[in-house]
Amino acid sequence: MDGEYVDALVATAPDGIAFDDLHVAHESDGYTFQTPDVDHSGIDEETLRTVAAESPYVRNWYFWHATAPQKADRWAFLRWLEGAEQRDVAERYDALADGVSATWGELHLTVTLSDGERAYSVRHRADADVGTSALDTHDDPLDAREIAKHDDDGGYRPLKTAPSLQTGWAFPALSAGEFVTTVDAFYPATIANWHREREGELDVNHWRDTVDRQTGIYGVVKTWDRGDGYEHVNWVAEACCDDSQCLKRREWQYDEETDLGVDGGSGEFPCREPCSLVIAGARQWTKLEGETSQTYEFELTPSEKEQVEAIIDAVADGEAEDIREADIYEGANRYRARFLRAKLFDDEGNLGGVETEQ
Amino acid sequence: MDEALVIAAHGSHLNAESSTPTYDHADTIRATGAFGEVRESFWKEEPSFREALRTVDAEEVYLVPLFISEGYFTEQVIPREFRLEDWDPELWDSDGTSATNATLAAEDTDQTVHYCGPVGTHDSMSDVIVQRAESVTGDPDVGDGFGLAVVGHGTERNENSAKAIQYHADRIRERDRFDEVQSLFMDEDPEVDDVADYFESDDIVVVPLFIADGFHTQEDIPEDMGLTDDYRTGYDVPTTVEGHDIWYAGAVGTEPLMADVVLERAADAGADVSSAIEQVREETGGAKPATGD
Ligand code: SF4
Repeated sequence: MDGEYVDALVATAPDGIAFDDLHVAHESDGYTFQTPDVDHSGIDEETLRTVAAESPYVRNWYFWHATAPQKADRWAFLRWLEGAEQRDVAERYDALADGVSATWGELHLTVTLSDGERAYSVRHRADADVGTSALDTHDDPLDAREIAKHDDDGGYRPLKTAPSLQTGWAFPALSAGEFVTTVDAFYPATIANWHREREGELDVNHWRDTVDRQTGIYGVVKTWDRGDGYEHVNWVAEACCDDSQCLKRREWQYDEETDLGVDGGSGEFPCREPCSLVIAGARQWTKLEGETSQTYEFELTPSEKEQVEAIIDAVADGEAEDIREADIYEGANRYRARFLRAKLFDDEGNLGGVETEQ
Repeated sequence: MDEALVIAAHGSHLNAESSTPTYDHADTIRATGAFGEVRESFWKEEPSFREALRTVDAEEVYLVPLFISEGYFTEQVIPREFRLEDWDPELWDSDGTSATNATLAAEDTDQTVHYCGPVGTHDSMSDVIVQRAESVTGDPDVGDGFGLAVVGHGTERNENSAKAIQYHADRIRERDRFDEVQSLFMDEDPEVDDVADYFESDDIVVVPLFIADGFHTQEDIPEDMGLTDDYRTGYDVPTTVEGHDIWYAGAVGTEPLMADVVLERAADAGADVSSAIEQVREETGGAKPATGD
């Protein structure tokens, strides 16, 4: 392993190297070798080998050209993680010795340099400060597929970027290639789309394009868009794409000209089109929203009206399960809800005894 | 750059296990090293059909649908979502069970995509059905004294769905291995509910031609056949129904030999994977002469 990078440098020198503060060339009077620390010219191969062998700049060059995945987005992602565009090599190597971390969705990513080699690790950001020995450790990147399947309560996570990633695991020592595979298994295609966006090439498909493309049982969603109104799509985005529900930053809008009226979120990686969950939800909403509203008459006390609102809020915010058994001060408390049902529902389950079909 | 294999499967918003066979077969193929990359992709999960190709480095991709029948998904949804330029179902020149492959460009990534017919209509799928029967009975020579029922949806959702079931039932019948072979359906005659009426053999192996276990294979079919009144209480294998011993196999797609069919599809499209095929057959118990035709 040692020296591999020196051989590679000597082999590449005739083409010239200019990368991350390292400049190497082979001219008629010998080799030139320049870094912020040293400046040699007219040296022979043996001298080149000697100076290269102890230069972190050469190891750095070798890593980025022979060890790191070469696919442009994976490469850029690894550069981003260690702040390669902001820090020169010397600063970076100093920082890497202690470890450089970043957050990607709910992932806590770290790259550390030891013995001149980069090592990568991934864990839940909530476990950032937990000792590795207290976590279940993994070394196969594809284990991430299983971890990503269920939340901490064992519930299935159909949306990989939902902020419900389970905790308690770590991938403590990954190579650069394994590392990007792991991240991509947790959050598929986020690296690719993040990179496309940075390059100004993110191919966003807005709501209208996406809905127009649907066929089969999802074709019906087309009928939900009528005239110029897009308030219904605001509701969809607020329901599904809010940062509390999905860590992608929604970049799709109603159409090319019409931005939605709700915030897209602040995630590191973009969402480029309505996902399958949103389309499945939209199919159901298209059916439900096809109904015309009716006037029902119920009598509620002011507290009962507020309690109905509190129950909807608790369910919508995923907080219903957190309300303590005896916390009867919360409208969405189970006993409070049962009392309301006992009082207001008739035997058929009709609120206020008012039939749904009138 | 190397070549990649991308498997396109349905996946589920509700059932965590729907993706499991896809992952398992991908892992089996990955372990052979036949492709530089092997990527799973899903209609309902991630990576989505829309974004799978951009996660793959290779310029050349073999795209194999892990679907049972040809039709709506393989002819419309997958080519559209993968943005395969100039796709036309005619390119497969299929009668509903004879899809081949077509080489197309992906519009968003410019990759060359060899778009293959689905696993379900490949000839080697017949072997997987037989192997499933061997697995569930624990008898590598199962056949004598046994009937085999191949079960599918029926035509309600897709006209070709029944064709794939019949195709394999016919092929297996021609091998004269089982005393009787019959295709049965969930939503049309001959119905799986009446399985006992369609066989004379005492023992009947029932193999549903589904990719993953789920609602249909774990709840509907066992209850329809009378293996149990309530799927949650489970059932024995075999269970005696109207004097027949029913050996219910669960989804054929969970059989490890399915990985072989994925490879066969890629091989038909030009991938150089013959040693991987041999390796997978050996590992998954499909080492015998494959189809005999
Ligand atoms: S459409 Fe919304 S919920 Fe779906 S992935 Fe994009 S941001 Fe997340």
